[in-house]
Amino acid sequence: MELYNYSLESLSRQLAAGEISSVELTRSVLERIAEVDGKIGSYLTVDEAGALLQAEAADVKLRGNGSGKTTPLTGIPIGLKDLISTVGLPTTCASKMLIDYRPEYDATVVQRLREAGAVITGKLNMDEFAMGSSTENSALRKTCNPWDTGRVPGGSSGGSTAAVAAGTAIATLGSDTGGSIRQPASFCGVVGLKPTYGRVSRYGLIAFASSLDQIGPVTLTVADAALLLGVIAGYDERDSTSINQPLDDYYGNLQKDIKGLKIGLPQEYFSAGLDAEVETAVRKACAQLAETGALLDEEISLPHTDFAVATYYILATAEASSNLARYDGVKYGFRSESSEGLLEMYRTTRAQGFGAEVKRRIMLGTYALSSGYYDAYYRKAQQVRTLITRDFDKVFADCDIIAAPVCPTPAFAFGEKIDDPLAMYLSDILTIPVNLAGLPAISVPCGFTKAGLPIGLQLIAKPFAEATLLNVAWQYEQLGGWSGRRPELVKEAK
Amino acid sequence: MDYEIVIGLEVHCQLLTETKIFCGCSTNFGNQPNENTCPVCTGMPGALPVLNRKVVDFAMRAGLATDCAITQSSIFARKNYFYPDLPKGYQISQFELPICLNGHLDIEVEGESKRIGITRIHMEEDAGKLVHPEYETGVSFVDYNRACVPLIEIVSEPDMRSSAEAVAYLKALRDIMVYLEICDGNMEEGSFRCDANISLRRWGAPEFGIRAELKNMNSFRNVQRAIDYEVERQSDILDGGGTVIQETRLWNVERGMTMSMRGKEEAHDYRYFPDPDLLPVVIDDAWIEDVRQSLPELPQAKRQRFAADYALPAADAEVLTADRDLADYFEATVKFFSQPKAIANWIMAEMLKYLNEDKISILKSPVTPQGLAELLRLIADGTISGKIAKQVFAQMYSQSDNDPRRIVADQGLAQMSDSGELIAMVEEILAANSDKVKEYQGGKTKMFGFFVGQVMKKSKGQANPQMVNELIKERIG
Repeated sequence: MELYNYSLESLSRQLAAGEISSVELTRSVLERIAEVDGKIGSYLTVDEAGALLQAEAADVKLRGNGSGKTTPLTGIPIGLKDLISTVGLPTTCASKMLIDYRPEYDATVVQRLREAGAVITGKLNMDEFAMGSSTENSALRKTCNPWDTGRVPGGSSGGSTAAVAAGTAIATLGSDTGGSIRQPASFCGVVGLKPTYGRVSRYGLIAFASSLDQIGPVTLTVADAALLLGVIAGYDERDSTSINQPLDDYYGNLQKDIKGLKIGLPQEYFSAGLDAEVETAVRKACAQLAETGALLDEEISLPHTDFAVATYYILATAEASSNLARYDGVKYGFRSESSEGLLEMYRTTRAQGFGAEVKRRIMLGTYALSSGYYDAYYRKAQQVRTLITRDFDKVFADCDIIAAPVCPTPAFAFGEKIDDPLAMYLSDILTIPVNLAGLPAISVPCGFTKAGLPIGLQLIAKPFAEATLLNVAWQYEQLGGWSGRRPELVKEAK
Repeated sequence: MDYEIVIGLEVHCQLLTETKIFCGCSTNFGNQPNENTCPVCTGMPGALPVLNRKVVDFAMRAGLATDCAITQSSIFARKNYFYPDLPKGYQISQFELPICLNGHLDIEVEGESKRIGITRIHMEEDAGKLVHPEYETGVSFVDYNRACVPLIEIVSEPDMRSSAEAVAYLKALRDIMVYLEICDGNMEEGSFRCDANISLRRWGAPEFGIRAELKNMNSFRNVQRAIDYEVERQSDILDGGGTVIQETRLWNVERGMTMSMRGKEEAHDYRYFPDPDLLPVVIDDAWIEDVRQSLPELPQAKRQRFAADYALPAADAEVLTADRDLADYFEATVKFFSQPKAIANWIMAEMLKYLNEDKISILKSPVTPQGLAELLRLIADGTISGKIAKQVFAQMYSQSDNDPRRIVADQGLAQMSDSGELIAMVEEILAANSDKVKEYQGGKTKMFGFFVGQVMKKSKGQANPQMVNELIKERIG
């Protein structure tokens, strides 16, 4: 088997045992990119030279000749969603606005990956500024679902999930503001984890909606996600919203018995509009968990779920309208050529530099914050956010884990929803509440539709209960056996 | 005038912290453009603010010194607008729930005391600075050294009723900020700047009139002039049956008038909302108490104490306490020599004259409190006259010599108090002017001063004037 096909966990063992070198592994991944990424389109930037240099350095460490200690990530090729700042390497947010922007500093997660000895392969495609659910909003490249190239990979971290599915990276980092890791992970048949808000530093993550954004791992297996989370998580004094709380041993905790653990299925997440095949697969997954001795409660309720999408699209767009104000053509990034005077420079730069969806959201957010509308929209949405959080608090007083679908449907076709923003927004209905409440949640593969499209099981835990979340997800993964499969289409491409 | 003047002031103080409010960059003034910058203060994508604790300390000092209530959980908000000197497209400030609320400041105008309400004090970051080069048109540069430098904004109630009150408030506020050592109070350089909201209403009217906001006044005198101009402008409008427009106006110092900058329609909608990158600023009672304990004596209290404890006239207390260092100098001198009024006189008349000429602070004075005390002791014990003392002071100051006793000895400046020598001198003068002695004894008592003057002249100013008086009186009645 080609090296790119293995899980991070397995490769980490092989590297530590000296059976393979990081350079061999990195070459395998780079060759895989060359072979299939023309068809998949997961990358925006491939840093071939940089990756090989890092791999050589990792090999020195692995052979015990270097200074620093090795970690499970030493020598592992990892790709980054293109909104995570990397010094000297383009960080475009898949936007014309930042097409030539090269950060002068590394995001905290990138620093931690480098310190752990990971090999950064390059930057992955996404919806422009993480706004979208299909990666169709990328201004720079089309990314296809490796399971069916006529379909979207999901979004906004579509490049990150397509890469793991296609083997163009061993693992990747995405970001999740309203489901942007979990939904594309479910569409691409890989594992995607959104940590608790504050668990992973946002320093260097280019903001979409600051109170919701969170970086998380996208991997082939749950164990891989545990290993990656263990490296990127933790307090960062440069992010005031990161929380100073010790990390658990995520990897060491995976195989714990889950007997007696209480898993709730919220009625509202299994309601009308849910694809029958998706429902069947998710319910079957829950039943399998019950076989291990976990207790199911199919009667739990999160009564404010219906308000989540509206709440989200007020708060997220309000924050975005302010976060994206800095792209004004003054300091970095795109500046329109036809700039006569200051006001004209702002207007033309922002009109030409941003895509339609980004502009739509900036306008929505600007409106929601406007004098006279603030109380009706922004303040009200904050209040509803509190109600949604309380829904979860109540359920978690009794349950340990909530299980649900990730998305009401499997991956949809290109063009299917792109002209209907509301339909696109509604596809995030099952992932958005988690972001509003700041909870950790994971998408684990739980089957395929008859048409061969992956389906994801979403598990949600209490704040900072990532260890429990990964433990349950790992136990399910052993029973379900859906992780680690490779799409036929990509195999053919080879 | 038919109208009552209503004035409220918004004052921005640049805080004297060593680093910026949301990053570790230096606040040092005068570095190369963009030298004091980092990803945070230049608004690079992905960079995040982290609050400087010292800024909270300073804002609390300002609040406690003006009797504000400290908000125990205050919120940073984003003020959104576009300008090239604003790197993020928003300024981090406070809106709802500022750190200080409901304070006041007592001022004195023409002997009358008045309490001015302080609505709020909030913390915020400063913007950068645009640089327009002279050698090229159509190009501008931005210097972000000042971006993210901490400010507090102090907003008063519309409690002032004249330009004199406004200036008195502003001066009192500046004195406090300087005393607290949180702001250097420099209006010309903009580290202490003021906007004024002014409206007029008919006497007894229940509602305020429509206000104009004045900007760009960089001295107390300009504040006074701008307000006076604006009062006249608005009363002319009202007299003519017109209405004042709500707008922002700039004071033009060359033309001595205010000019419209932007109207209500062009006013920004700042779309304030809580900054999701920053947590609420939580302040517990212990922290407030710590800051309260660290507050120095404030100008007003010090002024009253000086007048009472040192029996100084109000005017002297005012001058001595206007500057915290000057007040400290005075008190240090009193420790060495217990005649406060004499010390006050010498500081105000001699010391300040020299310091002002050299434009230096009392901290840099070559004459120390001990030196000055020693000099005054020489006057008090009759060793030298006040006139000679001024010469000695000049030498002490110019030579940084704080041993006046030695100066007097070395140069033979001590007064002549040897009665034998003085008697001889007095008798010689009286003998040489026997005609004038007769005139004196004939009733021309004013002649007395002439004899004293002659003796002093002969002694080159060193004769003890009191002894001379007595000796002459003994001899000519």
